[in-house]
Amino acid sequence: MIKFDQVSKRYPGSEQILRNVSFSIEPGELVFVAGASGAGKSTLLKLIAATERPTSGTVLIGNQNVSKLRAAALPFLRRKFGLVFQDHKLLYDRNCFENVALPLYINGITGHEAGKRIRAALDKVGLLGKEKAMPITLSGGEQQRLAIARAVVSRPSILIADEPTGNLDEGYAEEIMGIFYAFQQVGVTVIVATHDQHEIANSGARVLRLEQGTLTA
Amino acid sequence: MKHWINQHAQALRLVFGRMRHRLLATLVMWCVMGVTVCLPAILFVIVDNLNRLTGNISTEPQISVFMKLDAEPGSITRLQQWLTQQKDVARVTFISKDAAWKQLQQKTAGAINLDKNPLPDAFQVAPRNHDPAAIEALQSLIQKQPGVELAQMDATWIKRLYAILELSKKALLVLVGLLGFALLAIIGNTIRLQVVTQREEIEVSKLIGATNRFIRRPFLYAGIVYGLGGGIAALLLLAGVIQLFNYSIADIAALYASDFHLGMPEPFVCLAIILIPVALGWLGSYVAVGRSLAKLESSR
Repeated sequence: MIKFDQVSKRYPGSEQILRNVSFSIEPGELVFVAGASGAGKSTLLKLIAATERPTSGTVLIGNQNVSKLRAAALPFLRRKFGLVFQDHKLLYDRNCFENVALPLYINGITGHEAGKRIRAALDKVGLLGKEKAMPITLSGGEQQRLAIARAVVSRPSILIADEPTGNLDEGYAEEIMGIFYAFQQVGVTVIVATHDQHEIANSGARVLRLEQGTLTA
Repeated sequence: MKHWINQHAQALRLVFGRMRHRLLATLVMWCVMGVTVCLPAILFVIVDNLNRLTGNISTEPQISVFMKLDAEPGSITRLQQWLTQQKDVARVTFISKDAAWKQLQQKTAGAINLDKNPLPDAFQVAPRNHDPAAIEALQSLIQKQPGVELAQMDATWIKRLYAILELSKKALLVLVGLLGFALLAIIGNTIRLQVVTQREEIEVSKLIGATNRFIRRPFLYAGIVYGLGGGIAALLLLAGVIQLFNYSIADIAALYASDFHLGMPEPFVCLAIILIPVALGWLGSYVAVGRSLAKLESSR
């Protein structure tokens, strides 16, 4: 369970990005974070994923208070999440297999077991045939799917995606959203930030709408 | 435990993979470190071998006292009595001019043909106190005795040699210190550059839950492997240099009827030649990674 209570975030030297945001997300839920560019969607996701800490307020992940967690404990909290970044953050100096392997290596899983899981993850996103391909040779949609494979390979209980369909054609976008729905079906909590109203309207899922850092719905 | 071994094996695999990828750069790095470690090692071998060579020479100082040629037998007996009474004198040996003359003629097999013995009567005085200042005081005291032509310290040259060896040992320490610092800088800089090139990987890894320890580990191993390669390269270079020098040294030593040759340092010194760069490699990369990670953290 994820619970925000009166959370505000301000970066040094910037305006307040989030103001008194409160909400909670139940396990297995699929939630959209909507809003225009600069409304604070990415910051909200970073606070959930514990890659940022709130300036004030409480962020509870499971039963852990992120603000009170020691810095050394943060990495272990982060491993509960599968992250799909706005800019993919794929590593272009290694092939698809090795990109997906990274979270497993961080968790200390290597060898045969890792190979099995990596292929399963690539299979789920339809990239099984491209194990050895370098990410730079993939299309935009394929790169996005590779990023999803990396996010899910360590079987996280919460999947967080920042504008996963941002730069994709409609056909690709639907495909990607299909993958997220499939994960929700098997019990994964899915949180997707998007500015695409069409996508949200189709899904009928819950929406957290941000306007200039404040939650409006 | 298995998990722990797994993590280290994985980091090592990663390091070897990267090094294979940049094989030439790695080899050059080993050579640079090998040369850096080799320099003080060569100096050590020289000092060590000279030490061994001079170790055979008696270092007990002696004062040779030569009497005036026209000294009366009475003054010689008086001096002998006086010398034996001195508490600073451990032993006195009298060598009469006749005995010395006989000895000289024996040694030279009669090659010196003089009709008159030119040698004076002499004493060999062994001082009780080996402190240079004390010996000098005793020497000047003897010099002032009646009938004494010259009181001479015999161990001066060996003292000079020892002083030079002492100086070389100090120079060696300074050199080790300076080059150790250079090694730290070389390794630190190399690792820093590697952190910069791995920057994206480090950032992503941190975002998805890598601990600092996980990120640091491969770089620490890289430092250790650089040090290990450098140490081994230094030993090989040293062996080559010693071999090369021994060809010439054997020739020179033969002229002095000696079988002196340079030898490899003792096993524990060889081990140190390998382990010191390993330790420096670890330390250098530890500092470099720590600083680079802190910089990445603050730039985010």
